[in-house]
Amino acid sequence: MKTLILTTAALALSAGAALAESHSQTVRLGTEGAYPPYNFLNDAGEVDGFEREVGDELCARAELTCEWVTNDWDSIIPNLVSGNYDTIIAGMSITDERDEVIDFTQNYFPPAASAYAAPSEDVDLEGGVISAQATTIQAGHVADSGAALLEFATPDEAVAAVRNGEADAVFADKDFLAPIVEASGGELMFVGDDVPLGDGIGVGLRESDGELRDKLDAAIQSMKDDGSLNELILKWFGENANTFE
Amino acid sequence: MFASCADPETLSGLNWLACYLTTGKHLAFYGAFGTVLLLLAVTAPVALLFGFGGAVAARSRIAPLSWLGRSYIAVVRGVPDIAFFLFFVIALDQGIEWLRHKAKCPDWDQPIRQGNDFIVCAEAKMPLSTSAQWVHEVYGFWLAVFTFALVFGAFAANVLFGAMRAVPRAQIETAEAYGMTRAQVFRRVLVPQMWVYALPGLSNLWMVLIKASPLLFLLGVEDIVYWARELGSTKTPQFTAYPHGDWRMWYFLFLLVFYLGFTRISEIVLDRIMLRLSHGRETLANHARTGPIGMNKAGPP
Repeated sequence: MKTLILTTAALALSAGAALAESHSQTVRLGTEGAYPPYNFLNDAGEVDGFEREVGDELCARAELTCEWVTNDWDSIIPNLVSGNYDTIIAGMSITDERDEVIDFTQNYFPPAASAYAAPSEDVDLEGGVISAQATTIQAGHVADSGAALLEFATPDEAVAAVRNGEADAVFADKDFLAPIVEASGGELMFVGDDVPLGDGIGVGLRESDGELRDKLDAAIQSMKDDGSLNELILKWFGENANTFE
Repeated sequence: MFASCADPETLSGLNWLACYLTTGKHLAFYGAFGTVLLLLAVTAPVALLFGFGGAVAARSRIAPLSWLGRSYIAVVRGVPDIAFFLFFVIALDQGIEWLRHKAKCPDWDQPIRQGNDFIVCAEAKMPLSTSAQWVHEVYGFWLAVFTFALVFGAFAANVLFGAMRAVPRAQIETAEAYGMTRAQVFRRVLVPQMWVYALPGLSNLWMVLIKASPLLFLLGVEDIVYWARELGSTKTPQFTAYPHGDWRMWYFLFLLVFYLGFTRISEIVLDRIMLRLSHGRETLANHARTGPIGMNKAGPP
């Protein structure tokens, strides 16, 4: 009897300690804050968007305390590996090149199409000047396509370059371009075919952070299983968005 | 902010603008001006201190100290600012964490560098990852102050080093003739007199420092240029209550006015200080106005 009480007490204690530990662990989520609808700063100056909702839900399911941090896209990977934050949730497609430097969870957004937007139909997509955000898969694709690549630090500047005539077309994620093309009132239009790029979007982590990766992987899987992830995708990307099976 | 701002789509003209300019994002933008001014207010005296230390060290009779001062001036002045801000800050941050790691987690058995990753135990993180966001921001701000002070301190050291040599030899000799020790000469004659020679160089540095403040964003501090770019970029109606086109030009125009106004005020203030410092002193400016001091004070004392 005595041992039984002791064991239960020990169990209760260790369970309590484990619980306290899991809740005391704060995970810092790094994002760009300039890539609607994935992530952007709302009028109040807070991180908002599809990834904000996904990230908050993942943290709730994995029982983590989470804190959002914004960082420049250019230095988003170096700051992750040097430990300024613990994850990248910034519309970052899973690619082999990035996978050599950091780790990814399974994707929380299916492989998406990239598209060209330009002021007129008759632009030369293979020989013209195409703008894209630096160090993105889209920039890599333009460089390979033979067109002259014009890189910018933010996606917004890449679009602005087309508006002011610096570039003939901008190549970016179609979901990012769609609201801009729609709001431009005919000034910009999609040209050429959509290009499927990448293996979908995942949460980026340090390669040494296996434990956190497993937790987030499980949380993403549970969101996929109960359909809540698809609901969020439809909410932010419209009725025609690609969802998970 | 205002109650009438609940539904911005119904607003127009000045009402819309009043609501637009008081969104949380804009308040953060205005706050960033405070951050920049605070950075300048703290960095300038700290950089001057670094510069003074560097100049004194470079002038030292003790060879190793002199080498240290001279190499500080030469190395920091020679490295491009942007490389310094990218490399040095990460190295400094990792150095601090490495020291804390050694002190706090002696029985940690894994390597600190695993491939690309830099890993220290959770207690050694600086600041702790459990601390609130503002702690991280304050820490980032102090890293920025330190880095700015170190970079501008090297330039200030060079200016002060030159200014100390520019003090007329006769002044020093006179002080020595009165029987003052080296330290007394330094304190009573050299330092009070060198400022007038240092000020033109230092005022240049101050102007460059004002303009260098956008480098803050490299260090993760959200400064006014970051916010101007973010606020001015095209906003589509889906993601904001205040959609607008590319307004970066207006925001940057505002920054232009701010920087020009700020440097103009600085110029006026620095001119006054210069006038004060050169009062009754034989400088080129006074020479032209009143003639050499020696002539005014002719005759036995």
